[in-house]
Amino acid sequence: MGRKSFKGWLYLLPAILFLAFFMVYPLIDVLIYSVEEGYNSASQSFFSYGTYNFSYVLHDPYFLQALKNTFILVIITVPLSTGTALLISLGLNSIKKLRELYQTVYFLPYVTNTLAVGLVFMILFKKTAYTDGLINLLIHTFGGESVDFIDGPYWAKMFVMCFYTIWIVLPFKILILTSALAGVNPDYYKAAQIDATPKWRTFTRITLPMISPMVFYLVVTGFIGAFKAYSDAVALFGTNLNAAGMNTIVGYVYDMLYGDSGGYPSYASAAALILFAIVLTITFINLSVSRKHVHY
Amino acid sequence: MKVVLEHLTKRFPNRNKKIHSEVTAVNDFTFEIPDGKLIGLLGPSGCGKSTTLNLISGLEKPTSGKIYFGEDDVTNMLPENRGIGLVFQNYALYPHLTVLENIMFPLENLRGDKKLTKQVMREMAYETAKLVQIEKYMDRKPSELSGGQQQRVAIARALVKRPSVLLLDEPLSNLDARLRLQTREEIRRIQRETGVTTVFVTHDQEEAMSISDMIVVMKDGIVQQIGKPQDVYDKPVNLFVAKFLGTPPINVFRGRFEGGKLFVGSECILAKEGEKDRPVTVGIRPEGFIPAEDGVFTCDLRSIEVMGRDRSVVASHSECTGAEIRAIVASDCDIPVHNGAVRFNLKSAKVYTFDELS
Repeated sequence: MGRKSFKGWLYLLPAILFLAFFMVYPLIDVLIYSVEEGYNSASQSFFSYGTYNFSYVLHDPYFLQALKNTFILVIITVPLSTGTALLISLGLNSIKKLRELYQTVYFLPYVTNTLAVGLVFMILFKKTAYTDGLINLLIHTFGGESVDFIDGPYWAKMFVMCFYTIWIVLPFKILILTSALAGVNPDYYKAAQIDATPKWRTFTRITLPMISPMVFYLVVTGFIGAFKAYSDAVALFGTNLNAAGMNTIVGYVYDMLYGDSGGYPSYASAAALILFAIVLTITFINLSVSRKHVHY
Repeated sequence: MKVVLEHLTKRFPNRNKKIHSEVTAVNDFTFEIPDGKLIGLLGPSGCGKSTTLNLISGLEKPTSGKIYFGEDDVTNMLPENRGIGLVFQNYALYPHLTVLENIMFPLENLRGDKKLTKQVMREMAYETAKLVQIEKYMDRKPSELSGGQQQRVAIARALVKRPSVLLLDEPLSNLDARLRLQTREEIRRIQRETGVTTVFVTHDQEEAMSISDMIVVMKDGIVQQIGKPQDVYDKPVNLFVAKFLGTPPINVFRGRFEGGKLFVGSECILAKEGEKDRPVTVGIRPEGFIPAEDGVFTCDLRSIEVMGRDRSVVASHSECTGAEIRAIVASDCDIPVHNGAVRFNLKSAKVYTFDELS
């Protein structure tokens, strides 16, 4: 090892040690847990190594429900939130008056505590035997049947969950996209204008490619974030998510570790690794799609 | 197509909102650009030349005045309907599109009965690319081209839709010195071949003089002088124009007319009959000095710089308003020096007097 590279490694040492202890070691530990069959956390013993934990998790109806919920959440919220954020950013970018005010308003959810927001959503969407929430009052006004969004049918709960998730993730995406849009050199728009480019074509052929790295970043992190959703579900439906039928994969992992049915780190590890595999696959798909459509 | 500017004025509100005064970028600009000519808009930065270009392109609306393309009043016409080609200072090539896609971009926007087939668009793009000699690089992205090549692509993109007027905003400022010389010849050639009326903006007088049919010298939004480059150089109407044109710049002295003679300091440098006695500013072009034993104008010699083709005599004079005097003399001519002083005779055509006192 040359003197120079030795120095380099020395400088990196603190970070490497930190990462080794708090990231690499736990990751390996999870991997080991996931293949230890019949692990007993009290005696810290197990029977043998094998794939039983994965098989158990994949046959557990609670996990399958969580998997389904998570996938629906991801498929609905990622495109919708990114699209909405893009629309709002375009709007913000094209107005001059009150722009800062709107920017602040749109950014507010970001600085608000998710549990507090969850509580507000609960109150808005709730229906008890005695009172309707604001949303149900609105539905009534337009002549509809009131629905209990928090404790009612599955689709209603899923709707609130998606709505809530989109609302929570919008500010960050708007922030990123407005700055990306502001970063596009106005000369491109002038050039397009001189060449009589229709508005829609300017957007699809110039604006979108120019901000594509940021859109791609938001899609990737959006997928990962939505797959890891948990606190949002808790904020809306309480801690007993299995009973509500609104559990997510991360929620399942938590339940396996600390929930009422907890104490199964092996199952939790297996579920976590399955989630990891899913996220990895999706990210790879994202990357391969991006190669054609993202321009750096 | 000829372009007529009539009393064109553009005022911008002051950036500082507390001050209600306005900034006049272009003030009462009247000029007829003849069909098929290359016009150089020249001036120091902030003189309103780019604003003038933006007014012609329609990207800015004039505060008052009118613009005609041919006989059509285009003052209130949107830029996209004016049929102009504009080359931006930074080229503004779409970085994610190839050279071919960039050049075809304006054609793809044509709608209605002007709509072209892909085949025709490709042909037109290749034809224009050949004109600017970029046809070998059609599949490259702009980032894979040199500055000069990007410039050509930008010109091709502006020309491909056969504009009636071509506008170039500081087209050479992003190129290195050698490329600049080459590219300005290119622009001249392309303009000749297409015959398109062209206006280009520059702060580099040499650039403007070398390729323009006519130059317009501007200062603080006001047109100082319009004319053929040589005429403007030979007959500057004021001190600003005289100082702005020419490298090395003109040498400026405090002088006076006295009894029909022009004096600088105690020396009479030129006889000028019929001039009233008054103080004046005297400008002498560097090439107007002829070193001579019995010269009429005495300066303190500082140094002689050898340039190869000619020599540059650097001197000083108590009445000179600049830091030094620079005279360009042939490399084979004698430069007599006595006690650190050098004497010159002057070419009367290269000596100008201005009533403005600097």
